[in-house]
Amino acid sequence: MSDILTDGKALTDGKAATAPHDGLAVLEQRRSTAETFGIPLAVLAELTHRCPLQCPYCSNPLELDRGGTELTTEEWKKVLTELAEIGVLQIHFSGGEPTARKDLVELVQHASDVGLYSNLITSAVLLTREKLSALADAGLCHVQISFQGNEPMVADRVAGLKKAHEKKLDVAKWTRELDLPLTVNAVMHRQNLHQLSDIIQMAVDLDADRLEVANVQYYGWALKNRAALMPTVAQIEETSRIVEEAEVRLKGILAIDYVVPDYYALRPKKCMGGWGRQFFNISPAGKILPCHAAESITGLEFLSVRSNHSIAWIWQNSEAFNRYRGTGWMPEPCQSCEFKEIDFGGCRCQAFALTGDAGNTDPACTLSPMHEQIFKQAEQEAAAHQDRFLYRNFAGGTLETEGEHGA
Amino acid sequence: MALSRNISVSEASRPKLPRHAKLKFDETRQVWVILAPERVLAPDEIAVEVLQLCDGVRSVSDMIDQLTAKYAAPREAIATDVIAMLQDLADKGFLTEAREKTS
Ligand code: SF4
Ligand code: SF4
Repeated sequence: MSDILTDGKALTDGKAATAPHDGLAVLEQRRSTAETFGIPLAVLAELTHRCPLQCPYCSNPLELDRGGTELTTEEWKKVLTELAEIGVLQIHFSGGEPTARKDLVELVQHASDVGLYSNLITSAVLLTREKLSALADAGLCHVQISFQGNEPMVADRVAGLKKAHEKKLDVAKWTRELDLPLTVNAVMHRQNLHQLSDIIQMAVDLDADRLEVANVQYYGWALKNRAALMPTVAQIEETSRIVEEAEVRLKGILAIDYVVPDYYALRPKKCMGGWGRQFFNISPAGKILPCHAAESITGLEFLSVRSNHSIAWIWQNSEAFNRYRGTGWMPEPCQSCEFKEIDFGGCRCQAFALTGDAGNTDPACTLSPMHEQIFKQAEQEAAAHQDRFLYRNFAGGTLETEGEHGA
Repeated sequence: MALSRNISVSEASRPKLPRHAKLKFDETRQVWVILAPERVLAPDEIAVEVLQLCDGVRSVSDMIDQLTAKYAAPREAIATDVIAMLQDLADKGFLTEAREKTS
């Protein structure tokens, strides 16, 4: 489920703009750039890469961490304590599927004990009502459930698991019955974008507070499945229209966050709010990463909480974080571009995946010399309608069989 | 339905922070913050003072009395400001009313 924080935007979302009466400012906005290498406000903990689903767009690395390498309960607790001590305020429990960890309630309780605000990012299929209620009692503050569609035909096929959709609907209902706030996360691509209007209605019917309409970001498994997932330009135009209409119609009822697919945008996304600026991620085996896909970049060494360095030291001093921090590392066209402090040159993982060098301008940018070629390729892939999925698993992926197709 | 979730603040309301919004003093940065899903907000001093009074027991009317006594300002002026501020916080989802226990 690591797909939701892909652009880091959510963490510092400027939408709660200061209104005349409420005396609120978004904390990040008050901070000067010089301060921004301070400890992040929120951290993503990928408790495990194990997951009962096999989403072809999963943003986990192709090389998944095996169960045996995962941090133990005691190690995670120590990490949570340390995060709270150095000034992290929010912890997102993610994966893989975080509820596959038997100690999740204990970890949520520990997060509450040390004063961290906790969010569960889940595919929901392993949850029972009792488990959810225990998590609520342990102080869980928010639940985010991913949906693959609005009805089982498409949704279960994408998830690669029968009855997954039905189960998600149940868990979403229990979430609201327990008075926990709910975000519906809908990952969109060519094969489910036609359901968008119905997905928006589903979120309203489930009494969700927020809906994230997140177009697939193409790294990890999603890059392998790009030809099967890439939307057409016409679909994207339609999507923007539907989202804009719904935002107006549902104001005060459902907040909608929309992540545009950057292959079709003019400029790249401000990935993670800039490399090493305001976010880090802890992998199941304890590596501190600038983003959940960072391990796909070969040649960078990421330090672990199991090393003899503190988390704060790794964040501030490790070579991997400093390599692409700020703007000094940038090549042209970024170096002399007026947007360099705005998007920080886009996504390093995407630059690496598509150009072979993480230090290049993200080819999602129209100013990148590679943009034209990549844009064309996306268009062609979208038009070719090769719809077969490669499912995500520990065995390096399994191709969808004819029999399953459309099942 | 989500429609009914936002409350309308009056002197009789007894607002409190909902479960997903936590008011907390951030020791590292030495500021008060409200933690909400996907967001961290920094309320100003007045907002913090008022929010600390929102315990689900105290009525808005009591809060206004308390602040009137403290700041020796006309009650009416304080009432207008406090209600406007609370309504704004409520509209953003940072305040709810203490739930009546059903059954
Ligand atoms: S397979 Fe699907 S549900 Fe599981 S971690 Fe990946 S994206 Fe999330
Ligand atoms: S050239 Fe670089 S800095 Fe300028 S818009 Fe493109 S990616 Fe951003």
